[in-house]
Amino acid sequence: MKILVCISHVPDTTSKINFTEGDTKFDTNGVQFVINPNDEFGLTRAMWFKEKQGATVDVVNVGGAETESTLRKALAIGADGAIRVNAAATDGFFVAKQLAEVAKNGGYDLIIAGRESIDYNGGMVPGMLAELIGANFVNNCINLEVDGTAATAIREIDGGKETSSTSLPLVIGGQKGLVEESDLRIPNMRGIMMARKKPLNVVEPTDAEKETTAVKFEKPAPRGAVKLVDAGNIDELISLLHNEAKVI
Amino acid sequence: MSVLVYTESEQGKFKKVAFEVASYAKEVANQLGTTVTAVAINIEDASELANYGVDKVLNVSADSLKDFNAKAYASTLRQAAEKEGAKVVIVSSSTDSKTLAPILAINLHAGYASNVVAAPTSTNPFTVKRTAFTNKAFNITEINSDVKIVGVSNNSFGLVENSGAATVESFAPSLDDSLFGVKVDSVDKVSGKVTIADADIVVSAGRGLKGPENWGMIEELADVLGAATACSKPVSDLGWRPHGEHVGQTGKPVAANLYIAIGISGAIQHLAGINASKVKVVINTDPEAPFFKAADYGIVGDAFEVVPQLIEKLKEFKANNA
Repeated sequence: MKILVCISHVPDTTSKINFTEGDTKFDTNGVQFVINPNDEFGLTRAMWFKEKQGATVDVVNVGGAETESTLRKALAIGADGAIRVNAAATDGFFVAKQLAEVAKNGGYDLIIAGRESIDYNGGMVPGMLAELIGANFVNNCINLEVDGTAATAIREIDGGKETSSTSLPLVIGGQKGLVEESDLRIPNMRGIMMARKKPLNVVEPTDAEKETTAVKFEKPAPRGAVKLVDAGNIDELISLLHNEAKVI
Repeated sequence: MSVLVYTESEQGKFKKVAFEVASYAKEVANQLGTTVTAVAINIEDASELANYGVDKVLNVSADSLKDFNAKAYASTLRQAAEKEGAKVVIVSSSTDSKTLAPILAINLHAGYASNVVAAPTSTNPFTVKRTAFTNKAFNITEINSDVKIVGVSNNSFGLVENSGAATVESFAPSLDDSLFGVKVDSVDKVSGKVTIADADIVVSAGRGLKGPENWGMIEELADVLGAATACSKPVSDLGWRPHGEHVGQTGKPVAANLYIAIGISGAIQHLAGINASKVKVVINTDPEAPFFKAADYGIVGDAFEVVPQLIEKLKEFKANNA
């Protein structure tokens, strides 16, 4: 089985978010970038398939040269090869188009993407990619088994979960649950050394229009100070929620 | 060229979010000077949509659509959009809508903006405000394509009554077998419980509760409020509560009207996940807990003393305000 794992290069979850150039650009100053957490669960599941079922695993990212450190980390974790599509990831459709091109050229059976990236949170790339390449699609995937060309997936739904049967080629939008957090891997020295020798191919983007433009960013308005209520005066809290906040 | 809206349902009845997206669609239709057409799938009574500004309902009855299927639902919406000449399609931010919308976007060659929190600020260019960086910021987005898909964030626009009359028309999309490459084997859903996605109020608890055996009072508080229960990441990692209740950057985002956090200190990833909620209440023994800086109301106190009192007082309040 050939697996492609789509990797987004995103600010670490603890990052403070700021903007520059008149609030049109994300301020990367002092920000640590990591593998998108949803993708990391997918990458670890791909490693499981590699070790248990002999799959080969490539990782792909659409981004500038600055994202190569993230791809190298994925190689150090155990991916066999990496592809970087040399273009800024500015629109979900554009990114999906690039990934579809890589997927078609590589003849992958299973494509694992995170259900969304934690920067733009568009949540559109996995579904668009599946549709562009005519593959089956399971989103919010929290468990995946593959037997030959048959697959069984569990996805999270609002208020529960759903088990479905499908077949390869398959695209999943993965998330926490696909593997346990405790199973996520940290690259070791041997992995880091080996990653240096693994191929990281840079390909130029295919032509694709951009359907959306992020024109500006805003930060939420600063909050007022918290109103503290005495622990012995629950009536006051209820009154505030009813009369002032009007939420009960 | 009406505005098309996908109105979600469960067991033949509309979900509350259906009325919210209908309300949003009406606002967009007003801005564009056109009408609203809703697509309703396997609904017993579609007439309720008229209360929220829908002019026409395309009523789909199909056994093959009994279970949600992203490609088949997207195909249904594509066919409805083409029939109506719709240039704008409105969907919710439910798990299902977020799954079908990208497929629909490819089918309609449409730009898609998800997590939209307000009515368009302009329709030419078509400009919406959406959350980004997991609610740590907003992103003003222009959708440049001819057809546009807007995914409305839950509880962001609210319900707006616009009483009128809606015509209901049967609609039978053509759905070929190739759409059904994913077959649902089983659905495991807690019935009768409010889900985080649908909830107006969410009651959430963290490690301050000391153990899973203490969740009874959290569930009771949620029951009294008609709320969903949720938890912090350490709690789901410890296995005290299911992963589906984990709220935060790698869990679920919560955009409730009221979010009550009990025994949760307020890590940056958790606060990001709940930032879109309107009113936040925090109950914590530690006055220095970061959550107090993000909350509207707070009680410095022991959850084991405060929550039982809160349950009793809320019961009294409900009885007096029924």
